Amino acid sequence: MKTNENSRRDFLATTLIAGAALAGCGTKSPFTPEEVAEIIPSGEMVKLLSVDGEIIEVDKAFLKPVPEMPSITNEEARIGIQGKKFAMVIDLSRCKNLKKCQSACNHMHHVHPGQNWIKLNAMQEADKTAPYWQPTTCMHCDEPPCVKVCPVDATFKRKDGIVLIDSDRCVGCRFCMAACPYSTRVFNWEEPKLEKEIADQPYNCETSVPQKKGTVGKCDFCPDMVRQGNLPHCVSACPNGVFFFGDILEDSVTNGAETFRFSDLIKDKAGYRLMEDLGTKPSVYYLPPVNRNFPFEKEASEGKA
Amino acid sequence: MEKIAEQKIIEDLLPQKFGKQGVIWVISLLAMCALGAYAYFRQLYYGLEVTNLRDYVSWGIYISNFVFFVAISLVGSLITAVLRLSDVHWSTPLTRIAEIIAVSAIAFAGLIIIVDMGRPDRFYNLFTHGRLQSPIVWDVIVITTYLLISLLLLYFPLLPDLKIMIRYKDRNGKYLQKLYEFLGSFWKDKPEQFKITDKAINILSITIIPVAFAIHTVTSWLFATTYRPGWDSTNFGAYFISGAFLVGSGAVLIAMYVFRTHYKLEKYITNDHFDKMGKIVVLLALIYLYFNVNEFLVPAFKMKKSEEHHLMGLFTGEFAIAFWFAISTAMLIPILILIFKKGRTPKAAFVAGILVVVGSWFKRYLIVTPTLLHPFLPMSDVPENYKHYFPSWEEWAIAGGSLAGALLVITFFARIFPIIPIHETITETNEHEKV
Repeated sequence: MKTNENSRRDFLATTLIAGAALAGCGTKSPFTPEEVAEIIPSGEMVKLLSVDGEIIEVDKAFLKPVPEMPSITNEEARIGIQGKKFAMVIDLSRCKNLKKCQSACNHMHHVHPGQNWIKLNAMQEADKTAPYWQPTTCMHCDEPPCVKVCPVDATFKRKDGIVLIDSDRCVGCRFCMAACPYSTRVFNWEEPKLEKEIADQPYNCETSVPQKKGTVGKCDFCPDMVRQGNLPHCVSACPNGVFFFGDILEDSVTNGAETFRFSDLIKDKAGYRLMEDLGTKPSVYYLPPVNRNFPFEKEASEGKA
Repeated sequence: MEKIAEQKIIEDLLPQKFGKQGVIWVISLLAMCALGAYAYFRQLYYGLEVTNLRDYVSWGIYISNFVFFVAISLVGSLITAVLRLSDVHWSTPLTRIAEIIAVSAIAFAGLIIIVDMGRPDRFYNLFTHGRLQSPIVWDVIVITTYLLISLLLLYFPLLPDLKIMIRYKDRNGKYLQKLYEFLGSFWKDKPEQFKITDKAINILSITIIPVAFAIHTVTSWLFATTYRPGWDSTNFGAYFISGAFLVGSGAVLIAMYVFRTHYKLEKYITNDHFDKMGKIVVLLALIYLYFNVNEFLVPAFKMKKSEEHHLMGLFTGEFAIAFWFAISTAMLIPILILIFKKGRTPKAAFVAGILVVVGSWFKRYLIVTPTLLHPFLPMSDVPENYKHYFPSWEEWAIAGGSLAGALLVITFFARIFPIIPIHETITETNEHEKV
């Protein structure tokens, strides 16, 4: 009797969450082209800073007010988004080492030049095995070794599965960097080179911006984007749809263009996680590099990078 | 020990003013400290950017220097506590030497950890937000405890000596006299006072042994609680402690020789002391060698893929020279010197002591750095200089400054207080005469 009740409640909850997610996707999907034609230019020009860092002029009529984002307190940022358990799936068969994920991530988080939160590893397990590209983000482990060793609770695990860093609390001991087997963490060895507007922003664990001198930084799964119902920057930047992001409780992941049932995707494509034997239980899953879309061209892609 | 009149003992052992050599020694140490302080100022200003530490090798000679300091400080517990509790009396003249090495080393271990921090200004977070689950917090707790117990073990046996020194007002000068009176004017040589301090020293001697084991075991856990090849070892606690007793005893050999020749203490630090300490060092080196065999031979037999790069780097690769240098100077050569009776004469034992300490310093470097250069995933998408590590001049200056600072503390201590316990030497001479 009890089990029945539980499963019914679970079913209701899942439906509600799925419904909410669908409603969220309805009009604001970043993948539907904007209906630009309907807008009549007003003639009043406004100067803006483009994503490439250039100053551009745009007609005021094209501007749409950004919905005010609720400011997240440190306490809320430490708890996470209720009722979610985020995961990522990285399809290695699609990766061409274009590094668009990396540049988008670096740009949006103002990562220090030379450092990267997403790294692209050229992998080859043995002499005779096939080489492939493996993008690595933070694994957002369920048993995070970094969180275990932190002396001041500056890096923490949230209820939604995301591991974040509070740069206002980090003492810079770098024990987490030694503890992380995925070498995902980077350190701000010097004062971050930021534009004044960025540097003056109040720091928030969810945006990880601005980075602070003498503290540790890393991939944060873009919880600020996720909170707005958007995808992390790496996911939307990848032209080959390598990255899938989603909620395990909803059992769905999407790269923007395609959406899969998470459990089916992992089952059908034999998904796995890195260094399973360490017991870190990552939230990032990999699909094996079989039937790859692109040949592995180390020289060519390195020359380009 | 020869029969020496009480007055003679006091005159021999009272602290002496710096001679010409002493002044040069102190000035050069001060210069090294000043250079270290300047380098640290640069580090505070520009950030850890001035070091050659980067994302892969994020711990370098600061941390290996820290491990070295913690290691060397363990000798205090060995000489004062372990030998005292085993009712060994020949080591009495060495207790204060060992204890001041312990105090000064553990104090600088604490300092060097702060130097390594990216945000030393947030040190208080360890207390306001401390997580008891983190090995760093365990280290903070046990190191503070060890420093406190070591200070008390230094202070209590000093009390009767302070009373003796207060008698020599003219010799002391105004400031030292004030210091001695502040520290020890309440001491009246009463039997009850001796009873209390004897009891206190016994209790402290017992408590310091587990605390000493804790400081170095926890320090080893800073590494062993991670997954990295070369650190992921159940052998680490015992491996660190055995190495710690070895390097500390080597340091005591050096200090014995320096104090003996400089202050003309041949009657107090005798050839017999070098003979006995030499034997202890051989035993400790053999124990440390045993743990080294365990630490390297067992993984090398299996050659797991993750360990292979690390081990081959040490055995034949880029760290091979440093590795074999450390193994031979810290263990093999000192054993070969000290195992012979001729090798346990003061001069030869002094050389062996230097080899042990220098080799052990490199050994700590090899424990920390090579592992970090062999992560599980390939080193990708980083500038070329992230893939190597050699300390910058600032790191050398700060590490050298900290070593100089520790030596300076020991030097000034020997200038202000008798480095060989006067009162205990007198008591033991009297007991000796009775027998």
